[in-house]
Amino acid sequence: MAVVTPLDAANLRREFPILGREIHAKPLAFLDSAASSQKPARVIAKLEDYYRRYNANVHRGVYTLSEEATLAYEEARETVAAFIGAKYAKEVIFTRNTTEAINLVAYAWGSANIKAGDRILLTMMEHHSNIVPWQLLAQRTGAVLDYLPIDSEGRLQIEQLDRLLSEQTKLVAIAHQSNVLGTLNPVVEIAQRAHAVGAKILLDGAQSVPHMPVNVQQLGIDFLAFSGHKMCGPTGIGVLWGRRELLEAMPPFLGGGSMIEVVELETSSYADIPARFEAGTPAIGEAIGLAEAVRFLSEIGMQAIHEHEQQLTGYLLERLSEIDGLTIYGPRDLKQRGGAVAFTLDGVHPHDVAAILDGEGVAVRAGHHCAQPLHRLLDIPASVRASVYLYNTPADIDQLVLGLERAKRLFL
Amino acid sequence: MEDIYRELIIEHSKMPHNFGSLESPTISHEEHNPLCGDRVRFDLLIEDGIIRDVRFQGKGCAISQASASMLTDEIKGKSVEDAKLFSKEDLLDMIGIPLAKNPVRLKCALLSLKTLKASLYGIGALRADELD
Repeated sequence: MAVVTPLDAANLRREFPILGREIHAKPLAFLDSAASSQKPARVIAKLEDYYRRYNANVHRGVYTLSEEATLAYEEARETVAAFIGAKYAKEVIFTRNTTEAINLVAYAWGSANIKAGDRILLTMMEHHSNIVPWQLLAQRTGAVLDYLPIDSEGRLQIEQLDRLLSEQTKLVAIAHQSNVLGTLNPVVEIAQRAHAVGAKILLDGAQSVPHMPVNVQQLGIDFLAFSGHKMCGPTGIGVLWGRRELLEAMPPFLGGGSMIEVVELETSSYADIPARFEAGTPAIGEAIGLAEAVRFLSEIGMQAIHEHEQQLTGYLLERLSEIDGLTIYGPRDLKQRGGAVAFTLDGVHPHDVAAILDGEGVAVRAGHHCAQPLHRLLDIPASVRASVYLYNTPADIDQLVLGLERAKRLFL
Repeated sequence: MEDIYRELIIEHSKMPHNFGSLESPTISHEEHNPLCGDRVRFDLLIEDGIIRDVRFQGKGCAISQASASMLTDEIKGKSVEDAKLFSKEDLLDMIGIPLAKNPVRLKCALLSLKTLKASLYGIGALRADELD
């Protein structure tokens, strides 16, 4: 328990009403933030405030409520843009989640830029949401997918880039941090290598934007996708950031209201960005709620959150290593990883581990974590994943370890 | 939560009955649960409408494997028609754990029954929700 972190997590926990719950008469140790984070009271209040005081459709009405809603929605865009270092607020497109953001690029950018014989480079550690949209694009266009392999500790084999990157590579799409292995990938280097052959780079930031400072300029990327619900915000709101000139040259994704300029019977002309990519009534309250989450995280400081999680991850790895028959997947070096830790326990199926842990008040994820190709490579059908966030403390990890010992006893 | 890990379940999952395969089965069929990757394959030897022998192979959680193990004991020697009548309720009675309020683990328990029914009816893809 001698873990000192830059955050007063014990105090921060009080801002999250759900963390006061008991599960099976045990305090809730929530270790599944990589799937979806909990929400602080101020984000919940912000959502409620919108629905109670100024709910109205945006970009339409000339009445006070609609003007207030529009202002708050567009301010949310500016808040998010500043958070990730975007040059222009209009480079921020609100989507439902990371998955929709990646699909938007695969359809809109892909249909205008990818043709038969072109290559798209992914990695062996991608989430299904950064595999399947590209498979669909490849099937539509005749493009070819390549996969950058990983080593025995779950790190990308960067030296293989020489072999896999070519003039035919038009896009590199990679996770910033693996949702299973926790591996942090060297984005700056990969972005430079991609650009050197004329390819664009899309970063899946679902597991990094909530946990560390992410600046799109410093990373040198072209597209960034992430989800609000993994960063203390509501579900149903996600973000696609893209370089302005790329977004401006892209045809629409979904057609409908708001995304048009002039509609004739046969054809239409389309609105400028970001409206072109936000057809239909957007998730207004959720965008406003996401901006509140961004302010909450920014006040604490993304660097402090990252350091807190690094300390906790170190403690988690140390405690898990003490358990006989437990195998950890992913890098051991804290500098190469974040706070999502996948493991298996000999003789106990991951689902049974998770069910027994639930009985101890510990919430972890069991399954393939939407990364079947990676699990096939690791030759395991499933794994257990514990993941930490700003509100976790060493006590949560101690509770996890107690539960794991109990699972072992039950099955021995 | 602990009550779903009764001794019987743990025993069957650690030492499953009728585990393996048959040399020349009349029917061999596999089903899986795409949500969690659990797999169960049944090999059935059927003569004169009677299930003379059965083996199963599988990978998955204790509940899915124990349920398959118990089900093989249950149907061996039964007629195909009787085995077809074995219901979801019968299976839950047989494994004896309370899963009514646990739809996720219910799917684990029912995977073996889904595999058996799909084998006997010769339907490759009887969906799990049709059993719910």
